[in-house]
Amino acid sequence: MPEVLAMDFAEEIETEPAIVLEDLVFARGGRRLVDRLSMTLGPAGVTALMGPNGAGKSLTLRLIAGLIEPDRGQVRFAGGDPAPQEMALVFQKPVLLRRSVRANLDHALKTYGVPRRERAGRLAELLALGQLESLAERPARVLSGGEQQRVAMVRALVAGPRYLLLDEPTVSLDPQATAAIEALVSRAVADGARVILVTHDRGQAQRLADDIRFLHKGRLVEAASAARFFRAPQSAEARAYLAGELLL
Amino acid sequence: MQDFGAAFVEAFALIVNFDAQLAEIIGLSLRVTLSAVVIACVIGLPLGALLAVTRFPGRGLVVAVISGLMGLPPVVVGLGVYLLLSSAGPLGVLQLLYTPTAMIIAQAILVTPIVAALTRQVIDDLHIEYDELLRSLGSSRMETVATLLWDARYSLLTAALAGLGRAFAEVGAVMIVGGNINHVTRVMTTAIALETSKGALALALGLGIILVCLSVLINAGLMGLRRTAERMAYA
Ligand SMILES: Nc1ncnc2c1ncn2[C@@H]1O[C@H](COP(=O)(O)OP(=O)(O)OP(=O)(O)O)[C@@H](O)[C@H]1O
Ligand SMILES: [Mg+2]
Repeated sequence: MPEVLAMDFAEEIETEPAIVLEDLVFARGGRRLVDRLSMTLGPAGVTALMGPNGAGKSLTLRLIAGLIEPDRGQVRFAGGDPAPQEMALVFQKPVLLRRSVRANLDHALKTYGVPRRERAGRLAELLALGQLESLAERPARVLSGGEQQRVAMVRALVAGPRYLLLDEPTVSLDPQATAAIEALVSRAVADGARVILVTHDRGQAQRLADDIRFLHKGRLVEAASAARFFRAPQSAEARAYLAGELLL
Repeated sequence: MQDFGAAFVEAFALIVNFDAQLAEIIGLSLRVTLSAVVIACVIGLPLGALLAVTRFPGRGLVVAVISGLMGLPPVVVGLGVYLLLSSAGPLGVLQLLYTPTAMIIAQAILVTPIVAALTRQVIDDLHIEYDELLRSLGSSRMETVATLLWDARYSLLTAALAGLGRAFAEVGAVMIVGGNINHVTRVMTTAIALETSKGALALALGLGIILVCLSVLINAGLMGLRRTAERMAYA
């Protein structure tokens, strides 16, 4: 464990945790890519996972989503493992089916078991939500990078998930589209979702996140409320990251 | 060489007049080959896709065997189906030997490994891309296979085409199990072999030209479809 591990769980102590990561280890090729990672996340709100490239942020999201198995440790959810429609993941590189935008959303609804007669109405709502109406019939794979990210984001919201895992969801979006995605995130939180957001965008973390988990080389180096993290980062790694220095 | 020239002229006359016998042979060829390819796709597409998405002990061996079967010699398949269907064979009671059905069975056996092996390759690549998404959505194995087959449909045309080419050109298997009986089991390839051996070069050549044209046309049509789809970025 790192020496400097500043903890500030003021807002979480009062509530039951929704997700608990216990001593997670994920190793490949003799290297611990995620190294004894433990954290506790409350029921609703936004936690930002920050840290330099290769810190293990995307791997952590995959571990939480159950897409990869930890070599050690476990992820526990309040009320047991969530059903697929209760948890949605937006990948760092959007994965869209070779179909129209509408068919991509419909595929998710269908896989979640939404009956056909309910899907048409739901689709119209979702397209409106993501301002995707004009793109609905376009093949998803010819859309611009930012448009694809919007489709992936809306697809993650099709079932109103309890847990929303977002891996740099606005990385290639223009300011207006970024604001639209951030509005969707805030709305999901208002509906009671627990969001884990990976971002390198300090402004975005300050706008959205309640608290920050800062990772470095697979380890949790700092956990603090967003306000405190940006005002007075405790660890040398976080200070260097925020100052824009290269962390190796 | 003079004979050759005359044969050419006669062949074109047969084609232009759309000779009844010629039409019958072409019709049967298309029926047998297309039926065999449809059967091979019904079996080979899901089989190849399942092989791509499942991991089980011995999977590598199954994949290797199916790839190996792509090069099955048609006469050997013909012989196998012959033994199966001959009156002394286990399926002899069905009395299928020397019928178009027997020919369809033999060609389906030839083509299925081709479709399955090529499907596995195509689906493998797509599966790598879709795997985490589909698992995060909670797709069952069957839903995964269905999604992958649907999204790869235009690429899979190539697999069907390869099978079609093989069945169309093949003569050994249909000769053995069909017997090249006039008006019953005579198809283009067996007719060409027969007419050539009889010295009736005109009919043989006419059939040959049509065979080549048909296979070029079918290929061009399906490739065109695929390219259009790719342009629309569905593929
Ligand atoms: N399956 C794997 N096998 C081996 N190494 C891997 C594997 N997946 C990830 N890694 C390595 O683990 C480290 C952490 O990867 P991860 O994708 O979690 O980084 P990240 O924090 O999301 O970085 P970025 O900000 O660049 O997205 C990287 O060094 C990466 O090369
Ligand atoms: Mg990442």
